[in-house]
Amino acid sequence: MSLKEKLQSSYLAFEDHLQADSPLHDVRNEAMKCFEAKGFPSKKEEAWKYTSLNALLKKEYSIFPKNENAIEFKDVKEYFLNDIDTYKVVFIDGIYSSFLSQITHDVIDVCLMSSALNKSKYSSIIETYFNKAANSDSLTSLNTAFAKEGAYIRIAKHKEAQKPIEIINFATGTEAATMLQPRNLIIVEENAHVQIIERHQSLNKNEVLTNSVTEIFLEKRANVDYYKIQNDTQNASLIDSTFINQERESICSVHTFSFGGKMTRNNLNFKQLGERCDSILNGVTIIEDKQHVDHNTLVHHIAENCESHQDYKGVFDDSATGVFNGKVYVEKEAQKLDAFQKNNNILISDKATINAKPQLEIFADDVKCSHGCTIGQLDEDALFYLRSRGIATKEARALLMYAFANTVLESVKIPELKGRINKLIANKIGVNLGFDL
Amino acid sequence: MLQIKDVYASVEGKDILKGISLTVNAGEVHAIMGPNGAGKSTLASIIAGKEEFELTKGEITINDEDITELGAEERAHKGVFLSFQYPVEIPGVSVTNFIKTAINENRKAKGLEDMPASEMLKKIKEKADLLEIDRKFLSRSLNVGFSGGEKKRNEIFQMAMLEPKLAILDETDSGLDIDALKVVANGVNKLKNKDNAVIIITHYQRLLDYIVPDFVHVIMDGKIVKSGTKQLAYELEEKGYDWIKEELV
Repeated sequence: MSLKEKLQSSYLAFEDHLQADSPLHDVRNEAMKCFEAKGFPSKKEEAWKYTSLNALLKKEYSIFPKNENAIEFKDVKEYFLNDIDTYKVVFIDGIYSSFLSQITHDVIDVCLMSSALNKSKYSSIIETYFNKAANSDSLTSLNTAFAKEGAYIRIAKHKEAQKPIEIINFATGTEAATMLQPRNLIIVEENAHVQIIERHQSLNKNEVLTNSVTEIFLEKRANVDYYKIQNDTQNASLIDSTFINQERESICSVHTFSFGGKMTRNNLNFKQLGERCDSILNGVTIIEDKQHVDHNTLVHHIAENCESHQDYKGVFDDSATGVFNGKVYVEKEAQKLDAFQKNNNILISDKATINAKPQLEIFADDVKCSHGCTIGQLDEDALFYLRSRGIATKEARALLMYAFANTVLESVKIPELKGRINKLIANKIGVNLGFDL
Repeated sequence: MLQIKDVYASVEGKDILKGISLTVNAGEVHAIMGPNGAGKSTLASIIAGKEEFELTKGEITINDEDITELGAEERAHKGVFLSFQYPVEIPGVSVTNFIKTAINENRKAKGLEDMPASEMLKKIKEKADLLEIDRKFLSRSLNVGFSGGEKKRNEIFQMAMLEPKLAILDETDSGLDIDALKVVANGVNKLKNKDNAVIIITHYQRLLDYIVPDFVHVIMDGKIVKSGTKQLAYELEEKGYDWIKEELV
């Protein structure tokens, strides 16, 4: 049985537990139909030209976990941001772990998607927001059909989340191959502010395929800083689709740090619906072996006087492959726009590959749009300079990689997180430089 | 200390050095002068271990140890320091963090523990004062947005911190105004002692008014064609290089 067939029959079983004639059920049915019609994306599609799912789709995934698995805090402590207090929404194999979580309903809602989907008091919110920012791509549709659990966050008007929120999805790997489909919904109301850190972490070397969808709604003057830490194990693959709708004068930044995992596909979609929005998309990718990271970004400018800034840095060693497919789409109405896109790549080995494809589609006539893309090696003169000061080649290379990624690192607003990312990079390159940037 | 014996070197198949021999003893200051393209910077690079330059013949020793097979960092550990003509910009790494890393990497190579933070800070303060470097400057990204003079001053600051046995100053005077030149020269003179040596590569004798060389050598077309004392630098300043060419003919 193919994965698609397996998902179809799993959906029928899943449907039995659903409330038959709810609007949500209709949304799911519609989404499942969409997935069935489109199937999994193939390399024939322009957006998937450089990323193949074929090998991943051949595994025998368990769609719903058979058992509830518990994990000890000490075994996963390293994946949390321990130096500061945070809200935590933690899932183990797709099931909420109250033991590892710290949620709240006090002033702000940091809780569960399952509550939002099932409790009647949230039904108007679900009707207003659920699946309203997401598109109808086959994988997103698949997630919508199966959406069951994830983080539900709502920051009320003029409120600020006092602590960053960590959303962590652990996969225990108790089965040979697991498919997970977390679904997050984040609503940040007028003039509200939140910082969120998202992580998907497999705890052993078994196969995990995560098809995650997050919808974020920013109302007028809302402010969101979102950080994605992708440092998973060698057999964990992630398709991460994030849809962000921004109302006027809102600011949203998404930082994506991709250091691990087998295959990672990031679909990051911004829609600027109101005037004077600012969207910031930053990424650092450092991968090796046969790792694959694909950044597929879209900033859809609809309103006037907006800005978007993209800065993606990539370092590729061994036979690693990277994709940067960044699209800026400017509607006729989106005048006085300032859109900037930068993608810089360093290929460390002869076998490493980067496919970079910046695209600008502009229908307005009074805009400032620029993009730059570079592919190169580490600067030999700089390397010699460092070595001539007694810094060994390995450390010198590391220092240059830090310097390369610095523009993105320095825009991380949570100092403890920045320190953590510095350490991840240092571990990744196998050096200890003894200082944080 | 440094012995260069009949060194030939090429880059991308082009011969640049064509039989250079030079002996520099501890406590000495040597100036190397010559027209553009004569091979001065190549000589500096080949002592420091730049890999694009291929040593095709000859030997370079530091304290009787052959260094020609060593990497640039290993030469640094043996006490070689090159003050770059064009220092490289490293965004995101502050001058302080860079020098800390360099010092501790040198100590690691010698099997020593990291320098204690208090000692490091004291030393940084002392050397920064010596070169009249503002404290704010130390937290800026290495060479990023530095003026020509600031870059050179920063090179000598690194030299002061690393205390090399052999310092090669490659056109350290270029891009310096007279005040900066005096500060840099004063710094070098204070660092100078009977156990270390300095090679100054320059076009002009201006710097040599402040750092007085024991010997002056003229390189032309990859060879040392004339050696002398400081007097030779004055003659070159006055008469240019043509008279030496004529002498050679």
